[in-house]
Amino acid sequence: MISTPSFKKIKPLIFLTIILPSLFWSYQFINGSLGVNPIEKFMDNMGEMALRLIVLTLFISSLSEFKKFRFLIEARRMIGLFAFFYVSCHFLTYIALDHFFDLTFIIKDIIKRPFITFGFISFIFLIPLAITSPKIMLRKLGFKIWKKIHYLIYPAAILSSVHFYMLVRANKIEPAIYIFLILLLLLYRLYFKIILPQLAR
Amino acid sequence: MKILPSEITPYKNYLNRRKFIKSSVATGFVLGTSTGLKANHLSNANIYTDQLDENDSLNSYEEITTYNNFYEFGMGKTDPSENSKNFKPKPWSISLEGLINNPQVIDLEKVLEKVTIEDRVYRLRCVEAWSMVIPWQGFPLSELINIADPLSSAKFIQFITVFRPEEMPGQKRRLLPWPYVEGLRMDEAMHPLTILSTGLYGHDLLNQSGAPLRLVVPWKYGFKSIKSISSIRFVDKQPEATWSMLAPSEYGFYSNVNNLVDHPRWSQGTERRIGEFKRRETLIYNGYEEEVSYLYEGMDLKKYY
Repeated sequence: MISTPSFKKIKPLIFLTIILPSLFWSYQFINGSLGVNPIEKFMDNMGEMALRLIVLTLFISSLSEFKKFRFLIEARRMIGLFAFFYVSCHFLTYIALDHFFDLTFIIKDIIKRPFITFGFISFIFLIPLAITSPKIMLRKLGFKIWKKIHYLIYPAAILSSVHFYMLVRANKIEPAIYIFLILLLLLYRLYFKIILPQLAR
Repeated sequence: MKILPSEITPYKNYLNRRKFIKSSVATGFVLGTSTGLKANHLSNANIYTDQLDENDSLNSYEEITTYNNFYEFGMGKTDPSENSKNFKPKPWSISLEGLINNPQVIDLEKVLEKVTIEDRVYRLRCVEAWSMVIPWQGFPLSELINIADPLSSAKFIQFITVFRPEEMPGQKRRLLPWPYVEGLRMDEAMHPLTILSTGLYGHDLLNQSGAPLRLVVPWKYGFKSIKSISSIRFVDKQPEATWSMLAPSEYGFYSNVNNLVDHPRWSQGTERRIGEFKRRETLIYNGYEEEVSYLYEGMDLKKYY
């Protein structure tokens, strides 16, 4: 793996920054200082952190179009994997803590509630991304197929932000900002990948 | 008023809530300081236990006063307890308006001279599928209605929360259309379970709980129980209510707790009792079916949700 010196230096720092919230909330959860409805709080925190990291990976993808920021692409894999980690925590909290493995209820809930359906599909979309994350998988699949799989991040991002938007009761500004950012980054990528090459022709 | 340390559950005891309640019931609360309001808020542990249903235990004072939906002070659950310091619930007056014989602006102190404060231990079920058990102090709404002396044309009552953006930071933003309004049908309002609360756990209501005067309708979702009431208006038609105005398909005017009619976005079949790990089955009319179901006889509860 060829790493630029600048990334090697900041990698542990990024790692710590991103893993720390999960450790802190887990500590608060066990310690009882996560408020009087800790399950809800824990689940919300994990979910929102996941969404932030997803947006961050998209942002990095766009930024790395510029030579100056190319080195950031090295961080994307790690941040993406952490996004999957937080999504998994969010989902497991829903299954184990919120509904205590009441699978009949959970399956019905996933089918019947659009916002849960969206969140669930988003989670499913992220699984192949996590599996094909190692460099070995990239080599095995070839860049073209690997790339195609990883475009799943866009529907996953849109679904998870809509999932957030739908569950909020009033003042949907915050989730709307996530949707807006994701669409903006998607449009930007489309411009670079499709429109710009055609103009150049 | 000072909150006695004995009434605050430290976080450490959070998981031992049941034990805490037992011990606090055993020792009783030391109280009796003047409340400022003339409401006689005595915390009577024996009455609490007498009124508690078999499967319920009281939520702690801390749980009840730090986990609130009161968008006038912000949207987060802890916002009301954190952002309500500047709210002034004293002095307070209530405007009685509309189809009544005695329209007036009446001081809360005056009202309290005419009513008797009672203990009411009620379950509170939020539309968001969490619940608590709260020892309220208050008086039947019917007593205030009798003071107003409604005309026979008055069929509904609308309640209006005070509008004070300087003291209620949430009102500076359009989180909801302000002021918050709610309503009841006259027979619901006259029902003996419906109270106006002035306190809980023997204390005057804290600002985050809707000081100094709030509605408590235990068989309806929590948002019906409007807080910090400044006006009560008697009308002949079903009045507007904030949430049902904002999202009519999600929140009906009646909003009776009903495990069989789901919220379009989530199930109302179960609830998380604050302080408990496993969810509970939600009961129709929040467990007050015997007392209130006659009010809705013959009504299609799926249509009038």
